[in-house]
Amino acid sequence: MFLLRDLVSPRTWLAMISHLAGLFLGIAIMVVVVTGLSLGFSLLVLALTGLPILGLTLRAATWCAAAERARLDMMLGVQIPAWPADARAGYRWGIVPRWRMLTERATWGELGYGLLRLPFSAIAVTLSVAAWAAGLVALTLPLYNSLLPSGGAKVGDFVLGGTPRMTASAVIGLLVLLAAPQLTRGLASADAALSRRLLGPRRDLAARVTELEISRERVVDAAETERRRIERDLHDGAQQRLVALAMDLGRAKARFADDLDAAAGLVDQAHAQAKEALVELRNLVRGVHPPVLTERGLDAALSGLAALCPVPVEVHVDVPVRPKSSVEAVAYFMVAEALTNVAKHSRASHAKVVVEGHGYPGMLTVMISDDGIGGADVHSPGLSGLADRVSGVDGRLSVESPSGGPTIIAAELPCG
Amino acid sequence: MRVVIAEDSVLLREGLTRLLTEAGHEVAAAEGDAEKFLRAVAAHTPDAVVVDVRMPPTFTDEGLRAALMVRDQWPDTGVLVLSQWVEERYATELISGRPHGVGYLLKDRVADVAEFLDALHRVATGGSALDPEVVAQLLARSRHPLGELTPREREVLALMAEGRSNSAIAAALVVGGGAVEKHINNIFTKLGLAPGDRDHRRVLAVLRYLGT
Repeated sequence: MFLLRDLVSPRTWLAMISHLAGLFLGIAIMVVVVTGLSLGFSLLVLALTGLPILGLTLRAATWCAAAERARLDMMLGVQIPAWPADARAGYRWGIVPRWRMLTERATWGELGYGLLRLPFSAIAVTLSVAAWAAGLVALTLPLYNSLLPSGGAKVGDFVLGGTPRMTASAVIGLLVLLAAPQLTRGLASADAALSRRLLGPRRDLAARVTELEISRERVVDAAETERRRIERDLHDGAQQRLVALAMDLGRAKARFADDLDAAAGLVDQAHAQAKEALVELRNLVRGVHPPVLTERGLDAALSGLAALCPVPVEVHVDVPVRPKSSVEAVAYFMVAEALTNVAKHSRASHAKVVVEGHGYPGMLTVMISDDGIGGADVHSPGLSGLADRVSGVDGRLSVESPSGGPTIIAAELPCG
Repeated sequence: MRVVIAEDSVLLREGLTRLLTEAGHEVAAAEGDAEKFLRAVAAHTPDAVVVDVRMPPTFTDEGLRAALMVRDQWPDTGVLVLSQWVEERYATELISGRPHGVGYLLKDRVADVAEFLDALHRVATGGSALDPEVVAQLLARSRHPLGELTPREREVLALMAEGRSNSAIAAALVVGGGAVEKHINNIFTKLGLAPGDRDHRRVLAVLRYLGT
C-alpha cells in the first residue's frame, strides 16, 4: 500500500523538486567555485592579486552553503547546523583569507561541496527522471502499441507485440513505477547525508559535547554528594566513638587512685568503643573503594559487600577480562548502594547480584535484584547519585521497582 | 616461642613487639619491609611470623606475597597475616597451598590480647586461624547452599572454619562439649562430608566445601 501512496506523497515530489533545484544551484556553485579558484590561483603570481579573488570565492562558497542548507531544510526537512562564524578564522580586511582557514574542515567542506553538488544532482535527476519515464512508458505501452507507426515498439530490429509481451511490459512498467519514488527518496537521503557530512559540524559530535557537558556536571555533583556523605559518616560514627573512648579513658584515669573496680569497668567500655570505631571505619572504607578492588578485581571485592549485607546475597561474577578501573569502581559502588538499599528498605529475604562482561573491551552488565516490597524512589539521593556515577562512564542505568516488588537495578557500562 | 614481625607502621610494630614480649615470647626481629623481613626469617627460622599485608614500596599486597614465600619455604614456621581489611580471596590464596599453620586476621583482633595470642599459638603449632569476617565472606560466597543447616549449626560451622577446637567452640557458644560434637556430626552428615576428624583436616574439609 505504501508503495502506491508514495507515488503521490508530497515527500516524494519535494524530493524530486529538491533534486531539480540542486541541479540548478549546482551549476551556479560549480561556475563560481571553479572560476574563482582557477582565477584566484593563477593571479597569485601577479603580486598576490589573486588573494582577494580567492577570499571572494571562499565567501561565495559559504553563501552557497547557506543556500543549500535552506534548500535541504525546506524540501527535505533536514536541518544542518552551520559552522559557528566565531569558530572560523575569517578574513583580513574582509576579503583576504587568513592562513588558518586552510586548516579548517569547514573551508574544505564547502569547497568540496561546491564541486560535488553538480555531479551528484545530475546523477540524481537523471536516474529519477529515467525511472519515472521508463515505468510510465512500459506500463502504458499496451494502450498505444498498435498505433505506433512501425506497428509496435521496436527493440533493435525486433517489433514488440502480442498479449504475453504486452502483459509483461505492463507488469515490468508497474514495478519500475512503484520503485521510482523509493529511488527518488533514497537519492534525497543520500543527498542529505552527503551535505551533512560536508557542510555541518558532525552531528553526533555536537550532540556528544552537550551530553558530556551534562554528565560532567552530574559527576562533579555526585562526587560532592559523596564527599559530604563520607564526612557525615565519619562525624556521626567513628569520630563520636573516639570522643566517647577518650572520655571513658579520662574518667578511668581519674578513678584509678581511689576506685580500681570502676576504673577497670571504664577501661572495658573504652576497649569496646575502640573496637566499634575500627569496625565503623573499615565498613566506611569498604563502601568507598576497598584496596582489594584494585588488587584482585570485582569478583573478589564483592565478597565483602555480600558478607556485610544482613540479607543473604547470591553473587555471580563472570568477567573474563578486567574492565578499566573507573568502570570497576562504578560497578562496585552500584552494588554497594543497591545492597545498602536492600538492607535498609526492601524487607527482602533474598538478593542476587549478577555481573557479566561481554566481549573485549565490550560491555559490563551489572544487575542487583531482590524479592522485597519494591517502591524504590528513583529520585532518592542514593539512586540519583548512582545514575550520575553510571552516566559518568557513559553507562545506562535502569531501575524497576513496582510497589509490591520485586526490585531490579541494572546497568550497562561500556568498558572501552 | 620465637617470632619475627613484619609491620611498616612503627606504632604497631612497637606495640606488637611489646605485647608478644609481655606474653613471654621472644621477638627475634621486627622489620618494616618485606625484603628485610624475609632475610630475618632466613636468619632466625622462627616458630611463627606475624606479617602485615600492606607494606612498602607499593603498599598493595607485598606482605601477603612475603607470607606465601615463608609458607612455601619454611613449612615448620606458622604464618599469621594481619590486615586492616580481610578479604576472602586473600585467605583463599593463603590457604590453598598449605591449610595448616596459617592464619589471617583483622588487625583489630590484636586488641583482644588473649584471643590473639591463642590464634598465634594455634598457627605456630600447625593449626589455623581465620578471621570471623573472612568466614562470613566465605559463607556468603559458598559454592554450595547452606540452607539445610540450622542457625546454630551455621554458627558451629563458622567457628570450625575459623580453626577453633571443640572446646573453644563449646566455650564460645556456652554449651557442653557433647552438644558441640552432636552439631558437628549433623553438619558433616548434612553437607555429605566424611565425618569424624578432630584435627586440622576438619578445617580443611570445611574450607574445601565452602569453595576455597
